[in-house]
Amino acid sequence: MEYFIQQLINGLTLGSIYGLVAIGYTMVYGIIGMINFAHGDIFMLGGFAALIVFLIVTSFFAGIPIALLLLIMMVAGMLITGLWNWTIERIAYRPLRGSFRLAPLITAIGMSITLSNFIQVTQGPRNKPIPPLVTDVFHIGGLTISLKQVLIVVITAVLLFAFWYIVNKTPLGRAQRATEQDRKMAALLGVDVDKTISITFIMGAALAAVAGSMYLMYYGVASFNDGFIPGVKAFTAAVLGGIGSLPGAVLGGLLIGLIESLWSAYFSIAYKDVATFAILAFVLIFKPTGILGRPEVEKV
Amino acid sequence: MASASANQNLMGKALREGLFAGVIAFLMFLLFVGVETYQDINNALVWRTRWGLLAIFVVVAAVGRFVTVAFIKPHMDQRKLNKAKQGLLDVSDEKGFLRRHFLKFALVLLLVYPFLSLLIVGKQGSLKYVDNFGIQILIYVMLAWGLNIVVGLAGLLDLGYVAFYAVGAYSYALLSSHFGFSFWILLPLSGIFAALWGIMLGFPVLRLRGDYLAIVTLAFGEIIRLVLINWTDVTKGTFGIAGIPKATFFGIWSFDTGATNNFVKAWGLSASSIYYKIFLFYIILALCMLTAYVTIRLRRMPIGRAWEALREDEIACRSLGIDTVTTKLTAFATGAMFGGFAGAFFASRQGFVSPESFVFLESAVILAIVVLGGMGSLTGIAIAAAVMVGGTEILREMSFLKVVFGPDFTPELYRMLLFGLAMIIVMLFKPRGFVGSREPTAFLKERRAVSGSFTKEGHG
Repeated sequence: MEYFIQQLINGLTLGSIYGLVAIGYTMVYGIIGMINFAHGDIFMLGGFAALIVFLIVTSFFAGIPIALLLLIMMVAGMLITGLWNWTIERIAYRPLRGSFRLAPLITAIGMSITLSNFIQVTQGPRNKPIPPLVTDVFHIGGLTISLKQVLIVVITAVLLFAFWYIVNKTPLGRAQRATEQDRKMAALLGVDVDKTISITFIMGAALAAVAGSMYLMYYGVASFNDGFIPGVKAFTAAVLGGIGSLPGAVLGGLLIGLIESLWSAYFSIAYKDVATFAILAFVLIFKPTGILGRPEVEKV
Repeated sequence: MASASANQNLMGKALREGLFAGVIAFLMFLLFVGVETYQDINNALVWRTRWGLLAIFVVVAAVGRFVTVAFIKPHMDQRKLNKAKQGLLDVSDEKGFLRRHFLKFALVLLLVYPFLSLLIVGKQGSLKYVDNFGIQILIYVMLAWGLNIVVGLAGLLDLGYVAFYAVGAYSYALLSSHFGFSFWILLPLSGIFAALWGIMLGFPVLRLRGDYLAIVTLAFGEIIRLVLINWTDVTKGTFGIAGIPKATFFGIWSFDTGATNNFVKAWGLSASSIYYKIFLFYIILALCMLTAYVTIRLRRMPIGRAWEALREDEIACRSLGIDTVTTKLTAFATGAMFGGFAGAFFASRQGFVSPESFVFLESAVILAIVVLGGMGSLTGIAIAAAVMVGGTEILREMSFLKVVFGPDFTPELYRMLLFGLAMIIVMLFKPRGFVGSREPTAFLKERRAVSGSFTKEGHG
């Protein structure tokens, strides 16, 4: 039983990270109907930004409090990756918005290849380890909960609340929802569609950057090809929860995290990625709308 | 006067945009280019700055943006305007002599290519040209033509095509090392196995369309790769299967150096691996021709027409009584079969297969070639394969760049980076691919090329 609960906690931690990345997929899909294939690499970019900021800050201020350090890492990561995703949208996706549907998917795949290889070329192909940042561990009964797990879940919860507030309660969120429902109509009613889409990309990237820095904090290592597998898993989460639905993305993320950790605990760790991909295939085949998604009507 | 002030306006705007691009580039590259992370002697991660490199990135971005806004964009606009005034469409009926006979020239060139390279650079030198350029490009041409049946003709976006390539390669590797079957038996068998897998994987995804189909096929491709990695009893995992027998000259001559009926000995030639490479070159060329022939013939048969109808409009297709299930499955199976052929060929050429060769990136590269070539156009796809694969191979040869960028410079590292960038750039400027026109198979009175912009992509 304790082992089971321990796995639940591990899964919840991992799931939070996937959930944050999944929001980026689901938002972009919702608003322009495109699978942003490069989003996983944006997540990787966020992790690298956090890593480099960590190195710079610790070399100048050796005794800096960990909380402040983490905050700086995350904020810097959010700003930089937000800027990256803004530029990417501007250069690679916007000119193709009126083109045939496959075009942005192809550029997104190209962008994904470009980003991971850009980091490989500029920062080297080797794994980048950093010393553990947060080492405190709590023992409750037979359970071990590390402070970093608590941090990840809490930060995710806070961000999700802030995000929920922006989407549901602010004029910006209203513009986003309007653009999602009907882009042409929203434009006619005075919503600056281009700006709204840009901001959506920035928000998605910021969340992915936080996820990236937490991933770095959790595993203590960054690598240029970290983008693909977590990216696909986060996309699976978005699909599982129902693509286009924000609560669905978080729910899907948590479910994928739980399934992954329980599968590794009780079945075989070697096939844990197979499990994720199989879920992705099953959900898409049998319930393409996911858990919370809206059914899409086939139109002529 | 007015044009002078407009010009000044333009320059001012270009200057502003250039500066803006410079600032953005500075912020974007500050961490990733301006700072280098590396491990010191104690294995701890440390950093140092690279201001010079960062400055280059910033200046290139700023100047590039300035030139684009100030000169290139007005020029392009002017050209478009002139064209519109003349009322000319992009498609013209007039073709030059070279363009009309392009295919014949290309075929003749391909047939004499190995001997041409032998003649020019000798035996040792032509190893590189026949193997790295010739065979490598033709493998991709074949894969892309196979995928073209699924994506270009039937309009089903498949991101896991490399799985069928893997099935073909592992079928050949396993069956030849366990049962000792020869290449000529296993080549069709591998194709059949891959086609069966195509049907198996195709069946559950029949209901899906567009992007969802793409993601499910991606998932299937990754599952097959992960199974190949983890099922170590059979596939030897990441170590791969080595010592795969070479193809034989229809069982008459062998290319193994120890064999009694060795090709080189039988013909009394001096020992060199180039004969085997040339032999392989003609095999893959023949396989490519087979793929092209089957594609062209199938397009004129009811099933090919059904594929294209499916690509254009699935609902209309169903309303007209076309069985979409068999139509989709045959497309998947036919495409997969050619992937399987290519896989078997790949295994016999390498003599070694491992899951490393069948990563998602390969699928992306093949799909990119199909799309960049202009979906559905065989010539365009072949050109795209030659440019993209050949281009990255040429990069390996550019050792003279070491003189420019210092001895640490390794051009190979930049292969995939440039490939990704090329995908984006070609897509931005030529979203319909290199050859943006399709010849319709069904027409009224006379055949006339349709510009790519008039054709619609499929919904899957």
